[in-house]
Parts: sequence; structure tokens; C-alpha cells
Amino acid sequence: MIVDLQRFIAVGRPFWAELERMLDRLEAEPDLRMTLPQLEHFHHLYERTAADLAKITTLSSEPETRRYLENLVARAYGEIHETREKQRRFVPLKWFFQTLPQTFRRHVRCFYLSVAITLVGCAFGGLAITFDPGSKPVLMPFSYLLQDPAKRVAEEEKDTKNRLAGLRTTFSAELMTHNTRVSIFTLALGMTWGVGTIVMLFYNGVTLGAVAVDYIRAGQTKFLLGWLMPHGVVEIPAILIAGQAGLMLALALIGRGSRAPLKTRLREISGDIVTLIFGVGVLLVWAGFIEAFLSQYNEPIIPYDAKIAFGTVELILLSLFLAKSGSARRPEPKNPDE
Amino acid sequence: MKTSMLFIRAPEGIAFSQLLAGPVTRFIAWFIDQLCIGVAMFFLGTALNLLELISWNFGFALYVITYFVINIGYGIFFEWNWRGQTVGKKLLRLRVMDVEGMRLQFNQIVVRNLLRFVDSLPAFYFVGGLTCWLNSKCQRLGDIAANTAVIRSPRVAEPDLDQLLAGKYNSLRQYPHLAARLRQRVSPAEADVALQSLLRRAEFEPTARVELFADLAAHFRTKVEFPAEATDGIADEQYLRNVVDVLYRTSQVQSSKFKAQSSEQAAALNQL
Repeated sequence: MIVDLQRFIAVGRPFWAELERMLDRLEAEPDLRMTLPQLEHFHHLYERTAADLAKITTLSSEPETRRYLENLVARAYGEIHETREKQRRFVPLKWFFQTLPQTFRRHVRCFYLSVAITLVGCAFGGLAITFDPGSKPVLMPFSYLLQDPAKRVAEEEKDTKNRLAGLRTTFSAELMTHNTRVSIFTLALGMTWGVGTIVMLFYNGVTLGAVAVDYIRAGQTKFLLGWLMPHGVVEIPAILIAGQAGLMLALALIGRGSRAPLKTRLREISGDIVTLIFGVGVLLVWAGFIEAFLSQYNEPIIPYDAKIAFGTVELILLSLFLAKSGSARRPEPKNPDE
Repeated sequence: MKTSMLFIRAPEGIAFSQLLAGPVTRFIAWFIDQLCIGVAMFFLGTALNLLELISWNFGFALYVITYFVINIGYGIFFEWNWRGQTVGKKLLRLRVMDVEGMRLQFNQIVVRNLLRFVDSLPAFYFVGGLTCWLNSKCQRLGDIAANTAVIRSPRVAEPDLDQLLAGKYNSLRQYPHLAARLRQRVSPAEADVALQSLLRRAEFEPTARVELFADLAAHFRTKVEFPAEATDGIADEQYLRNVVDVLYRTSQVQSSKFKAQSSEQAAALNQL
């Protein structure tokens, strides 16, 4: 077959240009829904352009036309063969009250696993500090935790002049960014087949368990609850959810019990991982505010009972949110073909 | 097998390929992006300094949060809004795309950018670079998780054919139907070999050059048989020049026409 290039281009060009115009519209307007005749026409243009590409592929001449057609066919191919639901406009409230808790519940087993690993870490940390108090510098990452709990409580309660005055906003910002960074890291380590995520969760558990047992043994349980609960009941679940996302990633990588190829397994969870990690971000912003503006105040400024009550209310609300929010409606299937 | 191309075959039987970006190019693009973030933070820091005059605490807190958001969100923002490109990628003509040619989704961009935390371990993207080097599609861990690949669209330098082929009578052009058949039968790779051998002819040893052009001319003579009066008395090198002229020159005229028409059409479409 000999192609008359000039004629080939002159004949094909209007179709290519029309396909390009339709692709531009589709890419610019995510909510655009084509009618059936429009879809048929779009498909016709794609097939015609693909056929033109097949004709010109064998020719050494016209590299630019070939590249142009390759680009068009690649873009149209993505639009036509894409089976994932088209992304709709983001509605923050709907996302927060429906999508996030529904996603959490869909993968709740990974959350339970995340909790279990952290609890094992807690037990390890608690036992270590009980039987080997000398291991405190190894188990506790922050210097202020190394001193005697009773001494620290006495100092904190003496400090009525607002030790962090003028620094709270900065402290809050640093807490938010640090915790979010740790959470993303916990998620990302899922790519180590979950080993990194497990280590992070276990290490968090060790620190938490060691601190808790240290303060309980020193008779400072009330201070501990008053200090940790207002922010901890949100911050700790947030890290656990990040661990849940990391474990989801690991399970998709391992693919045990699934015959789907790796690409498909990863495709199926990527949206859920993003939802969870953004949810973690929101929770950590709240926890950062509370830790800087409430948790650091102790008696006599704020009674411990009030702080514990506040933490309890938060915990109940968070549990209800994760367990019930968005459950009135049936969760939408991820893939309409399923 | 590790190749430098990403091949995608559509169910319609059409195959298209994209050139994959290597770890070094990607590292340079990342370095440029880091410079962009640095510059953005410098200007932002200067602006926030003014705010610190009112409240140091609030100004510094804003700086901490903004730095964090820009650092994490830079790649997500640009790759989503510029269809898979950041400033560094745009400069080096790189683009993130779905590994199966599907529409690039926001989730994929977020996942590949969040997994930079692991890819950048222990320093300077060692883990990511190593994975990229070992992976057949040159993917770092973030790309594997997000099902994406980074492709390269190099600008093809147009050779100065007018200077290379100027002032010579091309006897092959006297037979347009055979010239058309030649264009049909020669593959893009063969055409490129012929062109490159002419462009680099000064770099060869005289004997090697004669042998090379003899081999190439013999090869192209088997593609289409031109009448004896068109080829008799022509040196192998000149024959190859004529072949390159037939393969590239006509197409250049058509390409430029096509490009001009396309841009006119694009302008017209924009007005709609």
C-alpha cells in the first residue's frame, strides 16, 4: 500500500481536530456527561484516528504526524477504556461525613490489626519499664519524659504563669506537621510489605506503654489521663488509621487470597488510601490544636476531671463518627461494573 | 526485560509507545523542583517576616504550616493541574502517566507523591533511584503503588537537511511512484540510520566511511529498484543522500503545512 501523504493528512485532519477538541473538553470538565449519540461519535473518531495511526506507523516519513496521532490515540484510549468512576466535584462535608467513615469501615480489619500491633508494643513497653526501669532513656524519645513523673507533675502544677505563653500557635503548628509527617511515613512504609508500618506502630506502642506504666507506677494516673486524653484520643487513632492505610497497601502488595494482578489490587485500594490519609490529616490538625491549647494546661488552671471528661466526650464522638457516620445510605460501589 | 520504552497495546490492535525517563533525568527534574520550592519559601518567608512584626508566634506558625504544605503539596498541585508535570518535569519534557495509558487520577498523583517519604530514604532518593534502576518500567516505589510511570518526550532536533542535501540533483525524484514506494517500505529506524550516517560522515575513517555507505546503499537498493538511468554513475554516498532526500524532504514540507493548518485550526477552535 502506498499512502498519498498529502491527501491522507488533508482527509484525516478534520477528524483528528474534532477528536482533539472533544478530548480537551472532557479533560477540562470532569462532570461532563456525553449523550449516547455523542459517545458513539467520540468512539467513531477514536477508531478512525487509531486506524490512521496504524496506516502511518510503518512510514519513515511524517514523524511529527505520527507522534501527534499517537498522542491523540493515547488520550482517547484513556477516556474510552477507563472503567474507574469519573472523579466528581469534591464536596468537603459529604467527603468527611460519608466517604471517610465508610472507607474506614470497609477496611476495618486492617484497623484492628493496627490496634493489635500497637497493643503488643504497649505491653512490651510497659513490661520493659516495669522490669528494667533503667531502659527508660532507650524507650522514651523525649527528654522531659525521662525525669521522675512525680517531680514533673509538681513542676507543671507549680507553673501557673503559662509556660508556653506566646508560643502556643507555633507549638500547635509544629505538632500538626510532625504528626502528619509521621503518619504519612507510617503509610508509605506499607511498601516494605508492611514491615516498616508494623515497626512504626510497634515503636509507638512501646513508647506509649512505657510512659503510661511509668506514670501509673508513680501514682500519677490522673495527671496522665488529664495530660494525654484531650489530644491523645484523637491523635492515637489517627496514627492507627495511618497504620491501617499502610497495612492495606502491604496486603495489596502481598495479594494473599486474591487472583487479581498486582496492578489491579493496587488500583482498587489507592482511592481508599488517599481518603484515609486525608482523614488522618484532618484529625491531626484537631489534635494539634487541642494539645497546644488545652493539654498543656494543668491543675490548678484546668481541673484534671474536666480534661478527662473532655477527652471522654471526644472519644465517644470519634467512635460514633467512625462506626456510624454515613451508614444510613448504602455505600456506593467503587466500580459500577462490579 | 528492562527497556527504555513503555508499550501500550489497545484492544483495537493499535500499539503506541512512550519513551521512559531514566533515574538521572528524574533526579535533575526533582532537583529543579526543590529549587522552585526553595525560591517560593524564600519569598514567602520574607512576606511572613512582615507578619512576625505584628505577632512572631502567629507568623512563625504560619511559616511552619506553609512550608509543610508546599513541600508535600507542590508535586500534587502541579501534577494534577499540569496533567502530570511539575516545573522540573516540564523543563526536562517529562510527564507522569498511567502505566496502562488510562486517565491519570487524582488518587494516583497523591499516592505517588506521599510515597516519596520512602523513596527518598536514606538520602537523595537512594531507595527510589535504586528501584527505578531495577524496575523494567523505571518506576520508583511511589510509581509502583500508584500504577504510574514517568515518560520523556524529547524534542527531536531537526537536522539541517538544506545544508546537507543542497544543490544536488536527485535523480530518484524523477520517479514519484517509486519514491512513494520507497517511503512506504523504509522503516523509521532505517531512515534514521541513513540520516545519522550522513550527518556524522566527517567523523568516520575514510575506508570505514566508504564501506559503510556501500553497505547502506546496497541495503536501500533492495527496498525499491529504481531504473538504471536513475542510479547509474552515482556514488554510494550520493545515492544515500538521494534516499534521505526522498524520505525526509517531502515530509518536511507537508509537516510544516500540517503544523500551520493545525495551529490555525486550534486558534479557530479556541474562539468557539
